[in-house]
Amino acid sequence: MDGVATVLAGAGAAVTLRGLEKNYGGHGAVRGVSIDIRSGEFLTLLGPSGSGKTTTLMMIAGFEQPSAGELLIDGQSMLGVPPHRRNLGMVFQSYALFPHLTVAENIGFPLKQRGVPKAERMRQVEEALRLVQLPGLGGRNPRQLSGGQQQRVALARAIVFRPRLLLMDEPLGALDKQLRETLQLEMRRLHAELGITFVYVTHDQEEALTMSDRIAVMENGQVAQIGTPEDLYDRPANRFVASFIGESNFFPAVMRGIEQGRVVAEFGATRLQALAGSLPAAGAEIMLTTRPERLRFVDGAPPAPGENRLSVTVREAIFAGERCRYLLEAAGGTRLVLKEASGAAIRRRAAGETAEIGWAAEDTILV
Amino acid sequence: MSDASLSDAGAASPPLAATRPARLRLGPLAPWLLALPPVAFMLAFYALPVLGMLSRAVLDPGWTLVHFQALGDDPVFQRVLWNTLYLAVLVTLGTLLLGYPVALLLVRARRMAPLILLLILLPFWTSVLVRSYAWMVLLGRHGLVNEAMLALGLLDRPLRILNTPLATQIAMIHILLPYMILPIANTLRQIDHSLLRAAAGLGASPWSTFRQVVLPLSLPGVAAGTLLVFVLSLGFYITPALVGGPRDTTLSMLISQQVDQLNWAYAACLSAVLLATALVIIGVFAKICGLGGGAFRMSAR
Amino acid sequence: MRLLTGGLFSGTLGWLVLLFLAAPILLVTVVSFSSAAYLTFPPPALGLRWYRAFLGSDSWLAASWLSLWVATVVVVISTSLGTLAALALARLPKAARGVVTGLILSPMIVPSIVIAIGVYYAFARYGLVGSPIGLILAHACLAMPFVVTSVTASLSGLDPRLEQAALSLGATPWGSFWQVTLPLIRPGVIVGALFAFITSFDELLVALFLSGTGAVTLPRRMWDDLRFAIDPTIAAVSTLTILLTAVLMGCAHRLRRKG
Repeated sequence: MDGVATVLAGAGAAVTLRGLEKNYGGHGAVRGVSIDIRSGEFLTLLGPSGSGKTTTLMMIAGFEQPSAGELLIDGQSMLGVPPHRRNLGMVFQSYALFPHLTVAENIGFPLKQRGVPKAERMRQVEEALRLVQLPGLGGRNPRQLSGGQQQRVALARAIVFRPRLLLMDEPLGALDKQLRETLQLEMRRLHAELGITFVYVTHDQEEALTMSDRIAVMENGQVAQIGTPEDLYDRPANRFVASFIGESNFFPAVMRGIEQGRVVAEFGATRLQALAGSLPAAGAEIMLTTRPERLRFVDGAPPAPGENRLSVTVREAIFAGERCRYLLEAAGGTRLVLKEASGAAIRRRAAGETAEIGWAAEDTILV
Repeated sequence: MSDASLSDAGAASPPLAATRPARLRLGPLAPWLLALPPVAFMLAFYALPVLGMLSRAVLDPGWTLVHFQALGDDPVFQRVLWNTLYLAVLVTLGTLLLGYPVALLLVRARRMAPLILLLILLPFWTSVLVRSYAWMVLLGRHGLVNEAMLALGLLDRPLRILNTPLATQIAMIHILLPYMILPIANTLRQIDHSLLRAAAGLGASPWSTFRQVVLPLSLPGVAAGTLLVFVLSLGFYITPALVGGPRDTTLSMLISQQVDQLNWAYAACLSAVLLATALVIIGVFAKICGLGGGAFRMSAR
Repeated sequence: MRLLTGGLFSGTLGWLVLLFLAAPILLVTVVSFSSAAYLTFPPPALGLRWYRAFLGSDSWLAASWLSLWVATVVVVISTSLGTLAALALARLPKAARGVVTGLILSPMIVPSIVIAIGVYYAFARYGLVGSPIGLILAHACLAMPFVVTSVTASLSGLDPRLEQAALSLGATPWGSFWQVTLPLIRPGVIVGALFAFITSFDELLVALFLSGTGAVTLPRRMWDDLRFAIDPTIAAVSTLTILLTAVLMGCAHRLRRKG
């Protein structure tokens, strides 16, 4: 396996998007996207449908021409370079395997285009098949393979010619959850072994968090935030990112000031502290957010310094195996979600109970 | 690969950006280049010849409308036009009445379906000339129909059927039936069977289910079939010429006669009338039923 | 399932109509095997007399060969140009697509006699009457719509990502057409070619005007015969053409169903 990987390995391409725009008859599908994708990085474009992530990918691939902006691969402008001259691999959601060719012919296709002699082609195809753990299936017809196997073939076909950049458009979208998780791990492994740059498009935030070095969250044709999975999860830049990635609780509050480097705000009659990011003026209406698993029931224990406390009523308790999920209501009708690990020693709350919850100021973000 | 191409471009002129658009420029033009040969061919060998011929109607010798005006008090033209339209209406009604039950039968059948389809398609695939010939054999003075009726004692001397309007009507209904059956069968096949079960479940009798559910849902097919048969029968030539009587001339036959007499202006006028009639009917159907020329894709046998 | 109902009456009527549809074709076939010297039914005895008459006649054979090779050339022209047109139509902007579609599909709508005298009017000036070339050019125009509709149907069923995949893997647009698009639309192209063949092989009206004396096709030869005498040679010829068209159209039908 190592031998195969070194043969196929090479430095990844660096991709620069600068003010990239795409208009369809007045409607801006992509509106000024700038991202620096580093060599060898696994970058995910994450967003709901219509956010412009696929259009952005299609512009990198060369199937769409940008209306404005610049696109560089390794410092070379790609504007006007047709797709077949960009030398990048691409994996499609529907796999796009050629139904009239065998698995081996599919994988050999890019090599044939590059004039690789037949014997050498067959050797490299067999290597690529081994790399995606499908050795010996070259003679099959793509339709005889399962969805997961087809996706592996598509992957093998996209990397067999050693591109320095691999684009993937929701490649796991059509697969069931378990298979998706297996393939996610495998793609990470491939990424590590090949050392090439991956640009991955998905609408599945869990997938993005699991696989990526960095994620660019897209909304309405723009990049809402770009950062590592931890950045995005722990320090969402705005309400959209906070609600799109993971689950979030939101507290509409009024800014009071700064104390000991922390934002102090009033949520109804309750004083809450949060990490200081931007500093709105006192009296401004602001929004604080925190993750459901960062909340816990405290039941009268004395508050630690810098801990937020809030009285709530349990509205609903849902047992979900490893966790228990509570729907809570705070004064003023704000709905909250709290996730607690399940266990024999942990008391389950019933609907209608009142309780006190607490969480750390560090887990509270101003968005 | 890109390295090689970049150095090619670089050798020609240093700034890469300057040479690249030249390569791309073909992209938006490609569909036009693809369309050029077929469009040029169709223009040269079909559209322009037909338009050139039609122009004789108003350009003989200079710009004039006298040929069209003459049609207004031309008894031959009026009789032929009337005859053509009458024939087209009759044939359309005939194919509709005879075709609908066959379409129902085809859609309802299971084991027999391939046989039924074959019985519809085999004549469909046979040329109009051969089918007209078959009707000459059947309807002739010593044809099968006469011989059979004589043998059964229904007649005491052969009936004259060949070379009468009736022969034309029978043969044309026969020839055009598949154009009616197939579109109707297509829409019938698309009817969701649960609708029929629902109608039956709501207490509708089979007949009222047919009338209130099946028939309305099959109307698009009926419209498509009607349009096809009507427009195609307007232009019939071979069948009426072979099996019809000497007096029931159709527009197509009259046009052909005028060309034989080198009466181009008159022939062009008649052609324009025939073409316009067909286009008006297609236009009317497009307006009422939203059918376009798309219905004519069915005319592929 | 008796749900799509019409009952006994419509069922019986349906079968009678089917008999009406099939009887003439079967009759011609039976007559062609008659041993009698004139048309009579039922034939007194069966024999291959009229097939021998057909095969022994130079003029019938010449007409058959002409029809076959004219149709073959028509297939080559109309299939290649029609496929080009279908590819162009899939990519042209909407307005242009309407105009080009209208031009190319219009022979399906324009009455045959109008086309026939139109090409006669124009071709006569260039000496294309009485020449197979004139027939080929006109027949190719008549056949083009069938190729275009058939190939367009195939193209619309083609996943555009397959072409994108080919391009992303380094195939040139030309290479992607030959290696991916064409193999995948091949059934539609073949069906179009079969239609084109039959269109030309069966065509009479254009041939009536363009054949002259130098390019008499099989339908034209049959027509000339029918105007004078109905002898059962035509039944034999008809049976052969029924067989040929049934086989070709049967292939087309199967291909179209599979595609």
